[in-house]
Amino acid sequence: MWTLIQIELYKIFRRPRTYIAFIAVAALITIIQFGLKVDGKSYADFLMKDIGGTMEIDGNIINGYLICYIMLQLLLVHVPLLVALIAADMISGEANMGTLRLLISKPFSRTELLLAKFFASTVYTLLLLVWLAILALFLSMWIFGTGDMFLMKSSYVVLLSENDVFWRYAGAFVFAALAMVTVAALGFFLSIFAENSIGPIVATMSVIVFFTILSTLNIPIFNALKPYLFTTHMISWKEFFDIQVNDANEAIVGSIQNPQKIVNSALVLIVHIIGFVGGSIWIFNKKDVLS
Amino acid sequence: MRIFFFVVALLISYTSVQAQDMTALVTKVKAKLDQVNDYEADGNMKTDVSFIKAPIGKVKVYFKKPNKFRLKKEGGISLLPKGGVSVNMSTIITTSDFVALAAGEAVIDGFKTKIVKLLPTNEASEIVITTLYIDEPNLLVRKAITTTKENGTYEMQMSYGAFANFGLPQKVVFSFNTKDYKLPKGITLEFDDNEKPLSEAQKLKNKKGRVEITYSNYVVNKGIADSFFK
Repeated sequence: MWTLIQIELYKIFRRPRTYIAFIAVAALITIIQFGLKVDGKSYADFLMKDIGGTMEIDGNIINGYLICYIMLQLLLVHVPLLVALIAADMISGEANMGTLRLLISKPFSRTELLLAKFFASTVYTLLLLVWLAILALFLSMWIFGTGDMFLMKSSYVVLLSENDVFWRYAGAFVFAALAMVTVAALGFFLSIFAENSIGPIVATMSVIVFFTILSTLNIPIFNALKPYLFTTHMISWKEFFDIQVNDANEAIVGSIQNPQKIVNSALVLIVHIIGFVGGSIWIFNKKDVLS
Repeated sequence: MRIFFFVVALLISYTSVQAQDMTALVTKVKAKLDQVNDYEADGNMKTDVSFIKAPIGKVKVYFKKPNKFRLKKEGGISLLPKGGVSVNMSTIITTSDFVALAAGEAVIDGFKTKIVKLLPTNEASEIVITTLYIDEPNLLVRKAITTTKENGTYEMQMSYGAFANFGLPQKVVFSFNTKDYKLPKGITLEFDDNEKPLSEAQKLKNKKGRVEITYSNYVVNKGIADSFFK
């Protein structure tokens, strides 16, 4: 099994197309960092416009922690496409090249093959997240420094002490990795049905766009569906950046407002991963491979 | 009739004497505060505003006569009521350009205080009116309510400790009016609608905010450079 995984990893990282995602992430992040370094004050003034009527805010708001949060909000909507580029190609790419039938004639089971391929696409996804973390968090911390984190939600603001932020990012990135692995599992599942990579990649993105729209529309008829859509739960990483307050309205350092929501969302994503991968294995084991 | 007019004249002169007494009282309080040319102090700042979740923060406070004030959170972000916290007793209490009128008495934190209304004579003054609750025996301001043109009304309640002889408080509670805060969900990317509608009582409570600063380790009259306040 480990040999299979190594081979699949080699196949993924041998292709130039794999590095498109890493370059795209680097380009996006550095452009945003450049823009905020040059004109961060205007952006901070824009953010503070509403609260500035009541409060004066003193200190370095545009620091590495806030910038990483902004980038995660923007990128974690678009990174699924970069994940789908590889994951949705795992089986359909082999079928397209005509090597799938050859592969399944080797002395390992179809289940082993699929698990090795899925594991390899997971490693790719996790490496992409690590790359994102290095650029979005560590590079931002280096360029913009650190400090307290001032977050603006729709109906309230949260001020997190500097020493209470880093562990939240660790949790958020782990959760984001789980969300992206769910996307990889969906792409992997759709890849079973096609002999051309474009179809599963577009289908994966279409499903994500469709479900995201359903998740975000506040129409009562869709509200019953929302808890079951994985896209509803993919944004629960933001719960790491909300804090509880006591009766005296003092923020409790080290707390999370709604930890149960994070746990529930993680479980839903894990169930989706198991469902997609399990479904892939079950269908592929029964499938007649003719390509 | 002559007795009647004599009594009326006596009453008028008595109230005139009362008004002069208020100016004298304010002058004495000001003189006490003027002992302090500058100070720096450590503080714990607690922000109690309905739409802000903030932990208690450690701050440093600096003041230099006549009106230089700076509150700093080392490496952090501090949230202060607009136009309020930078005002301290030394800047509020002035006997020039103001008329000081007596307005009765009140008990604040168990201390009997005289209520003094300070009205600016300068039409362009940012302050509309200041109400001081002065503890006359100790020459301390226990409470001050200031109405400004730009920043509304805010209230400061002071309690004193070891530095009462300098007129420097141990704890100050600023109360102020807040405006509603709302950002579109499209900007914050929050799509779950868990907000419950607020009751009228909660809406009223949300209109007020408080900042409490508890001071310690005052260092008085050691000298602070003007450049520090830029």
